[in-house]
Amino acid sequence: MSILVGESTRLIVQGITGREGLFHAMGCRDYGTDVVGGVTPGKGGSTVEGFPVWNSVERARRESGCNATLIFVPPPFAADAIMEAADAGVELIVCITEGIPVQDMVRVKAFLRGRNSRLLGPNCPGLITPGQAKVGIMPGHIHEAGNVGVISRSGTLTYEAVWQLTNEGLGQTTCVGIGGDPVNGTSFIDVLELFAEDEATEAVVLIGEIGGTAEEEAAAWIGEHLDIPVVGFIAGATAPPGRRMGHAGAIVAGGKGTAAEKKAALAAAGVLVVDSPAEMGARVATALGDRS
Amino acid sequence: MKIHEFQAKGILRRFGAAVPQGKVIDDAAQAARICEDFGGRCVVKAQIHAGGRGKGGGVKVASSPSEAERLADEILGMQLVTHQTGPEGQQVRQVLIEEALEIDQELYLGVTLDRAAERPLLMASRSGGMDIEEVAQSDPDAILRELIDPLLGVLPFQCRRIASGLGFEGGTARQIQSIVASVVEAYLETDASLVEINPLMVDSKGDVYALDAKMNFDDNALFRQRDVVELRDVHEENPLEVEASEHGISYIKLDGSIGCMVNGAGLAMATMDIIKLYGAEPANFLDVGGSASQEAVASAFRIILSDPAVEAVLINIFGGIARTDRIARGVVAAIDELAADGTPVGVPVVVRLEGTNVEEGREVLERADFDFLVADGMASAAERAVESLKTRVGGS
Repeated sequence: MSILVGESTRLIVQGITGREGLFHAMGCRDYGTDVVGGVTPGKGGSTVEGFPVWNSVERARRESGCNATLIFVPPPFAADAIMEAADAGVELIVCITEGIPVQDMVRVKAFLRGRNSRLLGPNCPGLITPGQAKVGIMPGHIHEAGNVGVISRSGTLTYEAVWQLTNEGLGQTTCVGIGGDPVNGTSFIDVLELFAEDEATEAVVLIGEIGGTAEEEAAAWIGEHLDIPVVGFIAGATAPPGRRMGHAGAIVAGGKGTAAEKKAALAAAGVLVVDSPAEMGARVATALGDRS
Repeated sequence: MKIHEFQAKGILRRFGAAVPQGKVIDDAAQAARICEDFGGRCVVKAQIHAGGRGKGGGVKVASSPSEAERLADEILGMQLVTHQTGPEGQQVRQVLIEEALEIDQELYLGVTLDRAAERPLLMASRSGGMDIEEVAQSDPDAILRELIDPLLGVLPFQCRRIASGLGFEGGTARQIQSIVASVVEAYLETDASLVEINPLMVDSKGDVYALDAKMNFDDNALFRQRDVVELRDVHEENPLEVEASEHGISYIKLDGSIGCMVNGAGLAMATMDIIKLYGAEPANFLDVGGSASQEAVASAFRIILSDPAVEAVLINIFGGIARTDRIARGVVAAIDELAADGTPVGVPVVVRLEGTNVEEGREVLERADFDFLVADGMASAAERAVESLKTRVGGS
């Protein structure tokens, strides 16, 4: 079992004729994802690397029956691309684009209310169900199918966690990067709810970072609802306040959003918090070992 | 991106907010005449990006034109130290000469993003002049809050609710409603991440002015805010951070001795954290970008090594889709390039590479002329970097 993506995923790529879009469309297809084509306004009717190209998401959906989209559209146009996909009714919208203005995302979130699409990202690596479908830019080969769910605000740090799990002999159900922006589509709690309902997921790794209160909210939810082990790491314990650490959302502002506060909230909810990012995989192994 | 107080006031005035009359100068000789125009009394305000200027001695009241000139002369060129500048302070290059108004009441007005609500949040309080974070801690009920609909902007009833909530009626209430609307409009139209008027002042006649103003902007939106970009003052920024941003590298200087080069912001923070766990301090945050190209690696080396406090470098690259051997060749080429430029890398370099073709990548490093300390895993990389510091101290 898995969450969000799997064998029934039919994926299009928005921005498929761009360098990044095409590269990763091929990467997803090579991994085994059913990539049915892509969208670039003005280039409809053509074909790139065997992918049919449509002018609009609406048309792509009508003709391909796609149920997921992966967006590589540049920042000034990315919000429009997300809303176009939602308007076409695409169930899962994954936005990789980094650098979308916050106010665009605020408007996107208002637009999405009452619609049936789920947005993941932006500024995220996407998600993968090992052995079934890769909808993102992560290296597929570091993953193994298994029973650990991974949720993270970061990209390469997620790969680090996955790699540690795989080296411990622990495969993953689904690995989800929710992105590093202050306003994003899917929250930790949204993904935790899905993992809680997924029978195959027996443990979760949650990787947060400084800034905002998403980890605290996740901690409260875990404390009340989740009874499988959760291993947590928060990046940025050494980050100075008031400085944005790469990600737009990673900033300790007004004394709020520190790693210490987040770790304390998670620990109070029963999360197994590791201080060292090198111990994420090993901690899951001992937690699952303790259970059996 | 941050701007100066006088620039923020200029923007707010454009959106209809009342601000005191003022002129910005970089030559103290002009201060006396401006003060005279304002009736012989004025305020001299240092223009630096950091807050806490008043407490640091950067804001003074002059009661005569000659005093204005003396104070402007004193403040211009000074290294102003505040709780936000660090101990070295920030050089004052411009002062704002402003008319002195009779303050009756000081209020607070601000707009920022409420991340949980995913909307802009307007905040107002009767405790003007104080740090709003402290007010939020000590007396949260003292802050009036209005969430702003991103599609509608601030609504008239919300402006009325703020004015009456602050305890005003009549003409003063109408002026407050007007300035609230202006501030929210300025926030939305300029892609600001923060607008703060602290204090918002009511004078003895009941008139309302933005006595101080602070605006920060969303860096991601600068492509469509040309007027805002024009206001950038690179003197206020760390030169290394400016250079890094020109190469697409995200760099923040810190106080430790281990320079870090990492791909990805989350992994970069985690690398800093693990250095600290092993007993040393990171010299910087550095995200070299997802692909870690040779060009980016070479620039990153130059930037890291121009910090004299750096005694060792830790490179932590999770290759991902980019092939590790190619990244390793990039690192070696960058080191060769620096040596050829007459600026060889003279500190230990610990490298941890992971991803596709990692064995070949490590071989490339081992075959290189440079003596890399190759580590497998984050923990051993941090350990080796910290160890290399001790060896250096012991050897010198």
